[in-house]
Amino acid sequence: MSDFTDKAVLITGGNSGIGRAAALQFAAAGAGVLIAARRLDESQAVVSEIEATGGKAHAVACDVRKSADCDAAVEACLERFGGLDVLFNNAGIIYRDISALETTDEQWAQTMAVNATGTFLMSRAAVAVMAARGGGAIVNNASYFGVVGGRGVAAYSAAKGAVVLLTKAMALDHARQGVRINCVCPGSVDTPMLRGEMEEMGGIAAVRPQFEEKHPIGRIATPQEIAAAVLYLASDEAGFITGAALPIDGGLTAG
Amino acid sequence: MSDLAGSVAVITGAASGMGNASAVLLAERGAQVVLVDMNPNIAPFATELEGVAHVGSVADSAFCDGVIAATEESAGAVDILVNAAGTIVRADAVDTSDEDWRRIFSVNIDGLFYMSRAAARGMVARGRGSIVNFGSIWGDVGGPGHSAYAATKGAVHQLTKSMALEHARHGVRVNAVVPGEIRTPMLSSERDRPPTEDELHALADRAVPMGRLGDPREVAEVVAFLASDASSYMTGSLVTVDAGYTAR
Repeated sequence: MSDFTDKAVLITGGNSGIGRAAALQFAAAGAGVLIAARRLDESQAVVSEIEATGGKAHAVACDVRKSADCDAAVEACLERFGGLDVLFNNAGIIYRDISALETTDEQWAQTMAVNATGTFLMSRAAVAVMAARGGGAIVNNASYFGVVGGRGVAAYSAAKGAVVLLTKAMALDHARQGVRINCVCPGSVDTPMLRGEMEEMGGIAAVRPQFEEKHPIGRIATPQEIAAAVLYLASDEAGFITGAALPIDGGLTAG
Repeated sequence: MSDLAGSVAVITGAASGMGNASAVLLAERGAQVVLVDMNPNIAPFATELEGVAHVGSVADSAFCDGVIAATEESAGAVDILVNAAGTIVRADAVDTSDEDWRRIFSVNIDGLFYMSRAAARGMVARGRGSIVNFGSIWGDVGGPGHSAYAATKGAVHQLTKSMALEHARHGVRVNAVVPGEIRTPMLSSERDRPPTEDELHALADRAVPMGRLGDPREVAEVVAFLASDASSYMTGSLVTVDAGYTAR
C-alpha cells in the first residue's frame, strides 16, 4: 500500500460511504486526515474511529456549496496538519428516478451546487495552496454517469459531466505546477447513498439484484475498492497520471 | 438536404455566431423560427426571417417556460429546440470568481436545462421533437484557461445523453453538436482586446488539423441535419464539427 506518512489529506463528505472508507485508508497509511462534511457529529465518529487505532484525524463542519466554508476547511487543514498534500472531493448528492421533465429548479440547483460547484470551490481553494507549496494531488469523485447517460438521473449526470471536464481542464492548467488532478468514475457502490436510493426504488432486497446484474462483474463495489483507487491516484506511484477519468465500475462502461 | 417546411423551431443565442447562423439556415430550410436572446437586436432580425423574437435570459426558468408556452399557443407546437445560448470565462479555475462560475453555469447549463425541460414536455405529449444542444470540444477534452467553460460543456454532453435515454421511446430525439474553433464573436469576447487576423491564422495553423477556423454556417448545417428527420435514427449523439481537432 502507498505510504502517506506525514501527508495532509482533506476529504469532503468524509463521514460516510466512499469518503469514510478513504479517510480510514489514508489514516492507516500514515496521513493526517481532515474530514470536511456537513454533519459534524458523524464526522467526529470517524475521527474517533481513526484515533482509536493510533491515526490522526480532525473534523470541521463544511458546506461545499459555500466558498467561505471551503476556504476555511483548507485553512483548518494547514493549521492542524501543517500542509495540504491531497484533496479528495467526494461530497455529492443524487436525486434518482426523476427525468429532466420531473426535475424542479430547486433539485437542479442543489445537484449542481453540491456536485459541481462544491468540487470547483474546494479545488480552487486547495490548488493555490498546493501550487505555492510545490505540488499536490486532487482526486474528484465523479461517476460512470459522468461518462455515459442514464435514465432518471439527468441532473446528476450533467453535474458529474461537469466534474469530469473540470478535472481535465484544471489538470492542464496546473500540470506545470506539480499539482495532479484526476477523477474516479465509480459504478454502483454499496454506500448509504445507494441503499437510500434502493429503498426508495422498491426495497433493497428487490432492487439490489438489478444493480448487481448490470455490472459485467456481477456485483456492486465496496466503498473500500473505490477508496483504494483514490489512494493510488493520490500517491506518488501515479506521478505521471493527470487529467484522467478512471473507471472503477466492474466493466459497466467497457461496452 | 434537410427539409424543415412546416416545423416550428426555437433557437436560443440567436443574436450572433452559431446560434444566429442556425436561425438563418433553419428559416431558409422552411422552419418557422422563434429567436431567443438577451440582445434586443434579435427583434429586427426576427422580422427579417419572418419569425418571432423573445428578449430575455435563459438563466430565468420562468422566462424559458414563457417562451415555450407562447410558441405553443401561437404556432401550435415546438418541433425543434436549438440551445445555442452560451458565454465564456477566460480564466484558470484558481482565478475564477464565484460570480463568474455561477454566471457561466446559469447560462450554459441551467438555461439549456430550463429550455429543454419546458420544450420536452410538449414534445413528449405530441410524440415528436428534436432538441439540438451546443456542446464543445472543451466538453470532450480539457481546455486550459477555460476550466469553468469546459465544466459547463461536460455537463451539456451528459445532459444530452441522459435526456436522450429518457425520451428514446417518446419520439423525442436529443443530440448535440460539438464545435471546435469557429469564427464567432465569442472568440474575441472576454479578452483585453480582440485577436488580430494574424493571431487567428496562427491559432488555426497551430491547433486545427485542417488549418483554418470554421464558419458558423458549417456548424449550422449540422444543426439543421440533427433538427430534421434526416437524422431520425440519431439520439444521444455528440457530433463533432472541429476539422479534426479532437481526432488526435
